[in-house]
Formats: sequence, C-alpha cells, structure tokens
Amino acid sequence: MNSSGATTSSATSGPSDTVAPRRNSKRPKYSKFTQQELPACKPILTPGWVITAFTLIGIIFIPIGVASLLASRDVVEIVYQYETECIPPNARNNKLGYIQDPTTNKNCIATLTVPKRMEAPVYVYYQLDNFYQNHRRYVKSRSDTQLRSPTNENDTSACDPEDNTANGSPIVPCGLIAWSLFNDTYAFSRNNTTLNVNSKGIAWKSDRNAKFGSDVFPKNFQNGALIGGAKLDPRKPLSEQENLIVWMRTAALPTFRKLYGRIQDDLEANEKLSVQIANNYNTYSFGGKKKLVLSTTSWLGGKNDFLGIAYITVGGLCFFLATVFFVVYLFKPRPLGDPSYLSWNRNPAGH
Amino acid sequence: MRRCIYINDSDLTLDLYCDNRISNRKYTLLNFLPKNLWEQFSRFMNKYFLLIACLQLWPLITPVNPASTWGPLIFIFAVSATKEAWDDYNRYLSDKQANEKEVWVVKQGTRTRVQAQNIRVGNIVWLRENDEVPCDLVLIGTSDPQGVCFVETAALDGETDLKTRVIPSACAGITSELLHRIKGVIECPYPDKDIRRFDANIRLFPPFIENDLCPLTINNTLLQSCYLRNTEWACGVAVYTGNETKLGMSRGIPEPKLTAVDAMIDKLTGAIFLFQLVVVIVLGIAGNVWKDTEARKKWYVQYPNESPWYEFVVIPLRFELLCSIMIPISIKVSLDLVKSLYAKFIDWDEEMYDPDSGTHAHATNTGISEDLGQVEYILTDKTGTLTENKMIFRRCCINGVYYGNETGDALKDVELLRAVGCNCPEVIKFLTIMAVCNTVVPLKSKNGEVCYKAQSQDEEALVLAAGRLHMVLVDKTGNMLQVKFNALTLQYEILDTLEFTSDRKRMSVVVKDCQSGKIILLLKGADEAILPCACSGQQIRTFVEAVEQYSQLGLRTLCLAWRELTQDEYHEWSLLFKEASGTLVDREWKIAEVCQRLERDLEILGITAIEDRLQDGVPETIDILRRAGINFWMLTGDKQNTAIQIALSCNFISPEPKGQLLLIHGKTEEEVSRSLERVLLTMRITTSEPKDVAFVVDGWALEMTLKHHREAFTQLALLSRTAICCRVTPSQKAQLVELLKRCDYRTLAIGDGGNDVRMIQMADIGVGISGREGQQAARAADYSIGKFRFLKRLILVHGRYSYNRTAFLSQYSFYKSLLVCFIQIFFSFISGVSGTSLFNSVSLMAYNVFYTSIPVLMNVLDKDLHEKTVMQHAQILYYCQAGRLLNPSTFAGWFGRSLFHALVVFIVTIHVYSDERSEMEELSMVALSGCIWLQAFVVTLETNSFTLLQHLAIWGNLVAFYIINFLVSTIPWAGMYTVMFRICGQPAYWVTMMLLVIVGMAPVLALKYFRYTYRSSTINILQQAERLRAPYLPLGNMESQSRTTEKEVIPMSITLPKSRNSVYEPLLSDSPSAIRRASGVSASFDVFNASPSRLSSTYSRNYKSN
Repeated sequence: MNSSGATTSSATSGPSDTVAPRRNSKRPKYSKFTQQELPACKPILTPGWVITAFTLIGIIFIPIGVASLLASRDVVEIVYQYETECIPPNARNNKLGYIQDPTTNKNCIATLTVPKRMEAPVYVYYQLDNFYQNHRRYVKSRSDTQLRSPTNENDTSACDPEDNTANGSPIVPCGLIAWSLFNDTYAFSRNNTTLNVNSKGIAWKSDRNAKFGSDVFPKNFQNGALIGGAKLDPRKPLSEQENLIVWMRTAALPTFRKLYGRIQDDLEANEKLSVQIANNYNTYSFGGKKKLVLSTTSWLGGKNDFLGIAYITVGGLCFFLATVFFVVYLFKPRPLGDPSYLSWNRNPAGH
Repeated sequence: MRRCIYINDSDLTLDLYCDNRISNRKYTLLNFLPKNLWEQFSRFMNKYFLLIACLQLWPLITPVNPASTWGPLIFIFAVSATKEAWDDYNRYLSDKQANEKEVWVVKQGTRTRVQAQNIRVGNIVWLRENDEVPCDLVLIGTSDPQGVCFVETAALDGETDLKTRVIPSACAGITSELLHRIKGVIECPYPDKDIRRFDANIRLFPPFIENDLCPLTINNTLLQSCYLRNTEWACGVAVYTGNETKLGMSRGIPEPKLTAVDAMIDKLTGAIFLFQLVVVIVLGIAGNVWKDTEARKKWYVQYPNESPWYEFVVIPLRFELLCSIMIPISIKVSLDLVKSLYAKFIDWDEEMYDPDSGTHAHATNTGISEDLGQVEYILTDKTGTLTENKMIFRRCCINGVYYGNETGDALKDVELLRAVGCNCPEVIKFLTIMAVCNTVVPLKSKNGEVCYKAQSQDEEALVLAAGRLHMVLVDKTGNMLQVKFNALTLQYEILDTLEFTSDRKRMSVVVKDCQSGKIILLLKGADEAILPCACSGQQIRTFVEAVEQYSQLGLRTLCLAWRELTQDEYHEWSLLFKEASGTLVDREWKIAEVCQRLERDLEILGITAIEDRLQDGVPETIDILRRAGINFWMLTGDKQNTAIQIALSCNFISPEPKGQLLLIHGKTEEEVSRSLERVLLTMRITTSEPKDVAFVVDGWALEMTLKHHREAFTQLALLSRTAICCRVTPSQKAQLVELLKRCDYRTLAIGDGGNDVRMIQMADIGVGISGREGQQAARAADYSIGKFRFLKRLILVHGRYSYNRTAFLSQYSFYKSLLVCFIQIFFSFISGVSGTSLFNSVSLMAYNVFYTSIPVLMNVLDKDLHEKTVMQHAQILYYCQAGRLLNPSTFAGWFGRSLFHALVVFIVTIHVYSDERSEMEELSMVALSGCIWLQAFVVTLETNSFTLLQHLAIWGNLVAFYIINFLVSTIPWAGMYTVMFRICGQPAYWVTMMLLVIVGMAPVLALKYFRYTYRSSTINILQQAERLRAPYLPLGNMESQSRTTEKEVIPMSITLPKSRNSVYEPLLSDSPSAIRRASGVSASFDVFNASPSRLSSTYSRNYKSN
C-alpha cells in the first residue's frame, strides 16, 4: 500500500507529479511477443486456393499411382497353397492326426510353373494365414536379454510357459515364439538339378549383430514333453540361426510372409520348378493356411496393388472435387466477406 | 469464556497465547509432500491416472511399460508441486519480512526494540507516525493530549480516509513515562474476525485506578496492518497476536473458481470416460469369447486349461489400460501452461496500461481467462468505476455573478481573482464556507505542504479550490481551525457540526470567529434543501437559474449559505442540541429537528459546480460491450436520479423514444409487490419490440423483492438487459450477483471500492479498478485494471482469444489421444482381441507428452480475427458466450475426425505393410508417424494465423520426431533398433505418408472449404472481409481484389468522438461511507466508519463540559 493514500492530494501540486517517477518502472516491456503482435500470415480458404490445391493433388497423385501400379505389376509372384495338397487324400479327413503323428512321412512334391521371367534374386517366402503372432500372450513370451548374451541365460521370467525345463534349467531360446518356430522346409529343383536356395542373410543384419549373440547357443530347446516347432542345431550360435531370427521378428498381422531364402538364379518363363515340401508345421488345429511364395521385388516392394489403386482413386477424387468446386464457383459465386451476411446486419434486433 | 490479559506482566500471560508470528503458509517443510499430494489427488483426473498407473504395475495386464504412465504422472505432479512450493516460499518470505520488522516494545519497564514476531499478548507496543500496526492493540496512550490518534485502515477494509481512535477514558491523562509502568487487566473475547466489534473491558491496577471497570469498543483499538497517521506516537497493549488477529482470522482462502470451459471439459471428460467403459466392457467380453472359442485352438499360445479365478477380468483390465490414453494426461498441464500465458498476456498488455496512475492490468487469478470471453452479465459499480471519482471545482455563481462560464474553470476566471483581490465581502464569505464548512482533515507534511484527508471527494474539491483562491485551510486541531487568507491567519472555533444525512441533504457547522467573536452558521447542501430556507427578502431566482444551468452541463451543484447568530440564540439552541444528541430513541430525527431551528433565514451566497467526469471511453466501452450481447446492471449506493443521469450519459440506457425506464418502488411491501408485477407485465409486452427497456429499483424495494418475490424478480432479471439498482448495500450487491449466477449466467462484477469486494468475490469473474478508493477491490479481484475502458479489451480481446484457444487446445488434446487409442482398438481386432499394444511404451509416452503437445501449445499465439475487427463487430463475442466453439457437438466433430483419421491410418498401414513387411516394430512406427503427420496438418488447418513461432513448432516438431526416433533407433537394446532407418530408407514409407496425409486431410479440407464459403459462420465472413479489404495486411491473394462489394466498406478503426461527458449529480456527498450511512445499513457499520469530525466534535464537547 502506498503510504500516501489514494485520496490524498497535495494542496499545491497536482496529483500527476507524484505518479511521474514510477511510471516508467511499472510500465510493461514492449515486445511484439508480449503484445501478441508477432507478424502473422492469415491464409484463408479462397476458392482459387482450394481448387488449385485439389487439382495439384490430382496431378501429383495419378502419376505416382500409375507408377506404383506398374511397379507392382512388374513383380512376378508364384503362390502355392499346400496345407491341403500336401496331405495324402486318404488322410485328409484327419489332418490333425496326420500332422501330429511323428511316424508318417510328411514330404510332398509340388510342381510350380514360372509364369514370367523372374530375375534373380527370387525371394522364397512362406506365408501363414490366421496365425496370430501378434497375440498378447505370444508376443510377450520372449527374452531379448537372454538372446543377446549368455550371461543372461537365466533371464526367462517373461517366457512363461516355455521358460525352464522340468528340472529348472533355463531354455535357450526361451518363450513361445522360439518354441513355435516354423519347421516346414522346401527343396527346389529345376530340370532335375537342385536349385540352390540361399538362406544366409535373410535376417536383418542388425538382429544378427546386436540382438542375437554369436556366443549364445541353444540349450534345452524342444526337450520338453510338448514339441512346438523346429529344433535348433545346438552347435550353431543363435546369430547364425537365421530362420529363428526371422521368425522372432513377430508379424503385426495374422497373415504374414516370412523370408525363407533367396534363389540366386534367374527363372525363365514357363519353366517348371519342382519343390519338395516337408510339411511338418501344424496349422490344422486352427485352420491356418500355408503358402509357398516365390516373388521378385520392385522399388516399392513386393506385389501389392493397394498403393497404386489408392493413389489413382484419391487423385481422381481430388480432380473430381476440384471440378465440382470450380463449377459451383462459376455458377453460384458467393462474394467472400460480404458484411451483408453478418447476422446482425440482417436482423437489426440482434441475434 | 473470555481471555484475560495482564498488561505488561510477562509472568502472568507468557505462554497462554501464541506469539506474533504471522504465517500465511499453507505448508511446512515436513508436511509439504503429504499435504500437497493429498490435495492433488483430490482431483478426479489425478485419481484416475493414479489408478491406471497402479494397475500398470501388474505385469499380467499391462500392455505397455508402467513408466509410460508413471513418467508423465510424476512430471505433472512435480510441476504443480513446484508451483505450489514456489508460491508458498514467496508467502514465507513476505511473512518473514513482516515478522522480522523491528518495533518498540516495553520490556521490564524500558522501551526496547524487538522483532515483531516476538510481541506477546500483554506487551505494550509503541508506534510512531506512519508505522504499521504489528498486531491488534488496545490503545492506551497517544501524543495527542486528548488521547486521539488517526489510523488508515485501507489494508483492512479498503477505505482510505483517516479514522479516529481514542484511548479509553480510564487511561486519560497518563503521561508517557507512567505508561511504561502501567499495570492492569483487559478482559476480551476470544479472537474473531469481526473488524467492527470489540466488546471488552479494561481495569487498571493501582496507582492508576480511576474507576472500577472501563468498557472498550472498536474505537479503542488499533488493528493489525493499519497505519498510524498524523499522530506523533501512540502506544497500546497487544491483545491478539499472530494469526489470531482480526485480520488473520478473516483471512480465508477463497474458493477456487471454475470456468465454464473447465466445467465443459470436465463434462466431456466424463463422457469420454463412459465411452471408454463401454469400449472396455465390449472388448473385454469379445476378448473372453475369442479366447475361449479361438485362442484355445492356437497351440502356439498355450492357453492353460485351468485358470485363476480372476481370469475373466484380465482382458477387460488390459483394455482399460490400453484405452486409458483416451483421457489425455497432458491436458491439465497444457491447460495450466496456456492459462498462465493468457494471464501474462494480460499483464503485459500495453494497451491496458494506465499512464495516469502508472498501473498496468494484472491477472491475479491466472485460471479463468476463458470465462472473460463468456461473460453474459456485467454488474458495475458507479462511482470510481464509471466515473473518475475525481471531483474538480469548475464553476460558481456568487451573489448572482457567474464565474468560470467563459474559461470553463472558475479558478482561472480573472473576474473572480479580482473579486478575491479586492476583498469583496460576499466572495470572502463564499470562500470561508468552502474552506471551513467540511469535515476535511488537513495534514502538514514535513516540508510544510498541506495535504487533505477527506471522506467526501466534493469537500476535498471545495477546500482545494478555496486554497487556490488564497483561502487555505491550514490546521485543524481539536475544535480550533486555522485558515490563512493571503497573509492573514484567521482562527475559528468549531462549536458544533451538524452532520450530513441523506434526509437533510445538507451539512453545516457553527463556528466562532476568534477575531470578531461572532458566531456564524455555515451551510452547504443541495439546492432543494437550502433555497427554501432563504431569508424572506432574498431573491433566489438567480440561484435557481444557476443550478439549472450547471446541472444541464452535468455538474454537481452545491448551494452555500451563511447566517450570523446572536450569542443568546446560539446558547439557547445549543442546549436543545445537546439534549437531542443525548437521546437514545430516534436520535437522528430529533437532531434533524433541532438543526432545522437553526438553519433558517439563510443568506444564500452562491452555487458551486463540481465536475465528476466520466472516465475516458466509458460510453464507448459500454456501447461496444452491449453490442457484444453483454447485459449491464449498475449497482450503486447513489440516489436514483444520479444513477439515472449517469446511466443516460454513458449509453447505459437510451433516452425516451428509444428506451424506457420502469421503476420498481414503493414504501410498503404491497406497493413494492404491485409495482414489481406491473413492471414484469410491461417487460413481457415490450420484449417483442426492439426497445431498450431497463428497470430501476432501489435498495429498499430490492430488499422487499429479494425477500418475498424472488421468483418474480428472477424472471424480471431474465427479461431485462439493463437494470439500475440504486442505494444498494454491499451485501445486496453480492445477493444480486448470486441471483444471476443461480440462473446460470456468467457474471462479471467490476468495482473499485471496499464496498464492492463482496460482489467481486461472489461473481464468476471479479474485476477491480485500482482507483482512488484504494486497492481493496483490486486485491480481492481476479483481474485488476486501471480504467473502466480497458474492460472492453479485457473481454473482447483477451477473453475471446483465451476462449478460442482453450476450446481448440482441449478438443485437440482429446482428438490426438483418441486417434492413437482408436488405432489400438482396431489393432486389437486383428490381434485376437488379446489386448496387445501396437505402439511401444516410449512412443506412446512421447506421443502424448511431447510430439503432440508442443505444436498445439503454440496455438496461444493464434488469432482468428484482428483485434480491431473484434472491437468493431463486438457481436462476434456471441460465439464465445454461447459456447459455440466448445460444446458436445463440436466435440463430436473432433471425435468423428479422430475416428476417421484412425481408420485411415490403420487401413492404409495394414494394407501397405502387409505380407512380408508386416513386421510389428515397423508397422507400429509407420502408424505412429502417420499420426504425427496427420496431427501436424490438423494443427495447420485449424490455425488461423501463422507466426514464425507456430511454423517452427509445427514443422520443427515433425523434424524433431524423426530426429528423436533416429536417435532411439541407434540404441542396440531398444526394441526399435535400426527400425526407423530401415523404414525411412524405403520409398514405400514416404509414399504411404503422403497418401495418409491426403486421404486424411482432403475430406476435412473440402468440408471446411464448403462450410467456409457456402455456410460461412460470422467469424469466417469477418476473416474474409478482413483479408480482402484490409489495407494493413499486404499479403497477396489469389482471389481478385476487385470483387469487393460496395454495400458496406468496413472502416477499420473506431472513430467515435472522444467526448468527455460530465455527470450531473445533485447530491451533496458521494463517498462510500456516506452512501453506506445514507442507505442505513446497520449501526455497527456506523461506529467503525465514524468520521473524524464527528468523533472530534463529540470529544470536544466532552472536553468543554468537563
């Protein structure tokens, strides 16, 4: 409180004198920011701007769409669905029994025709449908620390129920993901000569180098009562078990392809490929499909028309919108910012 | 029980009562953490987040790392705890300063200097002039021989006039040396907060014993935080100390105010919470069903056959955690941050800086700026709020001669100066009345200048004017009064003061001219009260004309008169007067009757005309705010006529043909009720017509209506856009605010004096004018401004922008949280409804706290319309008042948008990243970056004006997203090691992003364009008008500028004439205390506000009679 009260005024001097000295000190500092006066541009949606924007989107999108579609069409893909084919006709009414019977011979031979010339490298994938690698119980059941270094061998707490063997020693690699490793194998031959499938370098380089230790060896793996999927060679370090590394990169969708290997030779059109499939993996209990896929690749990836179609559709729609807006603008022009549209100018009584 | 205080006896009272340590702190070092946490957890949102965070500690159900909730939660708690701690530390510092101030206290018979905190109850405290009173004291001695001292109680009640305090009669005549050794006992009540009551007794011990028991009242006390003025020294016994003083007890923590926007956000949060529960229940059931039908077939999942009893809640709880991000944890912090910035913008605003008083606007309450934009009712005080409360003597008419008519200022009129110079007797008499007939207290400062303390601004104006005309009131001690006229010193003895009352409408003093020994009655008052008492021979026509002329100019007129009394006449009358003053029943009426006998056969000397100017820009401000759809109520303690006059002059009400005034009045309850019925009926009829109808009600009628016809009055309040309530008390002001608040209106109360404090605290928004009646109102208010005219900027600019920005910010916060949450929900459909989180913990946390909050925080710089446009088209405020920008339907729009965007992101991502690319980490980063891109464009589309900072925030944030994720991608043990490098290296990623942005934004843009052009809202039209026609925005435009319609070119600046309206107010006194007395509040009020003159006159009488 100022000691000279507010109603006090000097008899000889005006009140302005007493205020003068403190005026400057209390005055707020001027800056464009504090005054909210920073230079700003205020774009508004004028018809010209919007129509141009939509036209431009159309112009850009349709070529990209065409290019993507062409890229996708250039990709040659052979898909062979074999989960039924590979079961002998007499066992087809009890597929589950057939696949779970360890004594049966599960090999089958399939012949694939190359529709178009496929340039090397030709990627070999297996595709599983209706396989939930993203299920919460499944996706969490792994131990990254254990995979990285042998010192963390006992770190299996997340791996339940495939964490330890019955006598308590840790399973390496532990967890449901590793346990259910895909174990179908494919052997290709062309004109009765074996076609080499290179399965080196199919996993991410970073995974091999940093996530899977070169000094971590499988231990107690698939030794339990319940056998899930493939067994691992206990003499090979995990970093070289590339099938496992690929499998451990869980897929986000219930339908997924995983790289099996690469064929380093060109495949000519109409060539017949013979594949010997070891049909070991059980997808029959949940009605999953298994497919063998051979595919080349483009700058955009594999065969996938989605991007191309989406781009062309969006580009076309934008053109259409631009046209509609233009036509509306021509036939029903509306002056922007006309004060006569203001509600209070129309209705003098107020709102 | 009462407390007994032994004066100056440390043995007897040492430990019974607390010491004088003041503490306004909320916390101590020890209890800070628990207390603060408890307070924070009393909020619903915080409880919710704590529950979520605790649930996340259960590894079976948590989809993400618990740190993703604990991190932000702890951060948020730390921020608000730090703020609290900082505030509390500042309070501690100011307490410390007060506590360690040194004061003189008597210890063992000698005066010693101790720190204020060490004063104990019973100590004798000595104060010097201008000292602050450290605790509540009972006065026992002053430098004044009559035992009087003056205090300024502004800090206590906001009144800046000096109050007189006297020593109890028992202590009269004790010399200052003896005071050191005084002993006695004071019996007083337990501490309370009533600053107008102190019912206690004092009994002195021998040798001071005079009479047995002496009663004490509030007039014998010096209360904490008052200042001793105009008295050399005073001493008193400490009775209440520390936080037990009257001030300490009345200090309450005001209820935090909740804005309408906050309430709406809470409501929407509740709705989202319900939605979340529905989602959780549906997905939980679906998850359990899927688990039992499908998941058991999946051998690779190895569902155990027997499960624990709680198995059925696991999946619902997982979804609860997954969906918990629907309610954005960051919204509270973001809102607090932007709100404090809004408040800072108010503090910084140069255009609300008042150079006259050197004050700038200040937002005390930083949390309610949005409410300013939603104000529907403004309740305003009159004096000091609408007017300057600065009375200036302008003109006068002495003995039929007009002075000041040519120059507009009588003090510069040569004629008057010459008349003074040649000692023209009428003029001298006139000046004598101006200088003497008042209750002004002259104060001599050290350099010899004289200052005046006055309760009435009019009296001060008159005394100052007389001083300028060489009749200077120099000194007033007791009943002796010194006036200096030129070189001459004239002495007057004041015999009696006949006080102003609102019925008498005049005041007078009886003085004895010490030079001539003559007894004179000096009189001033309203013309209608004085002119009829003129002596028979005098022509009063000229005076009537003068009054008329002045009042038409809007000046406040006073009539001055004079009468010489004979000794006998005076003595005869004096006896009657004393008798009347001593009566207990109808005292006021009896005194008035006695005074009447003296105030007759007057010699009318002239008329003074005083100006109380309206503040600059008041009519324009009211006009603009009324156009903005804000209803105005004027609540004043003034007379009806005065109030109406001011209302007319400041555009409050329109003159006759356009406007209509309806009066509610009446002497009895029935009359009032009939009058109310009539007004209500008229009001209902006229609502259909475009007519400006206002009602006027006075304090008495208001009390009746509020008591008996609340319903009817409420209806009336709803119908009327304008109301004038005159002669209302502070509590009635508060009642009216409450009435309007009950009807669900947003109210703003603005005032400047202590009598407005209750209304200011009651209203949704209280605005104080830091004016001449002290800082009390400004301190109690949420916002303080220097002048009334700043109110329009406060509401239309700051309030409106704040509302718009908060509306966007809050809805956007929900939008972005929902976006991510919907993606998670969609993902659960393709992950076996098992509650897998698509996004990893780090991304989720960073998304909510970092990636999406910075661009939108920059939205505090967004301005949809230029300030000038808003001022010009104030009607635009309607959008804010009606809550058009934040309500369930706009929120539904945002909800829909987030659903749409989530669908776009999800569908595009899973189709592009299918088959061999469907790797979890990659897909999650693609979806996340899709969200980030979309939100950047959403902010861009919703921003109206781009400053450099906003561009920086929006695009810089996008760049920062990539930089951060690249950095995280280099950490080998992070889940997303090298993921970001891999996906960014693929052309497919960038093609996907482009597709996402266009598919997500093109429909939004198209819809917005369509609405903007063909279904334009008023804001859009003004934006377009501003852009296309404003010369001050030189940016080029594709749209041709030639299509400007000629209908109405909007002028871009307000060029209203700067009129300096004056106010006609034919009332004698306009000070707040006079108002209070006039409206007859309560007797206890009067005691505290007793003017120095009255007290001194009573005491002088006592002195004489002794």
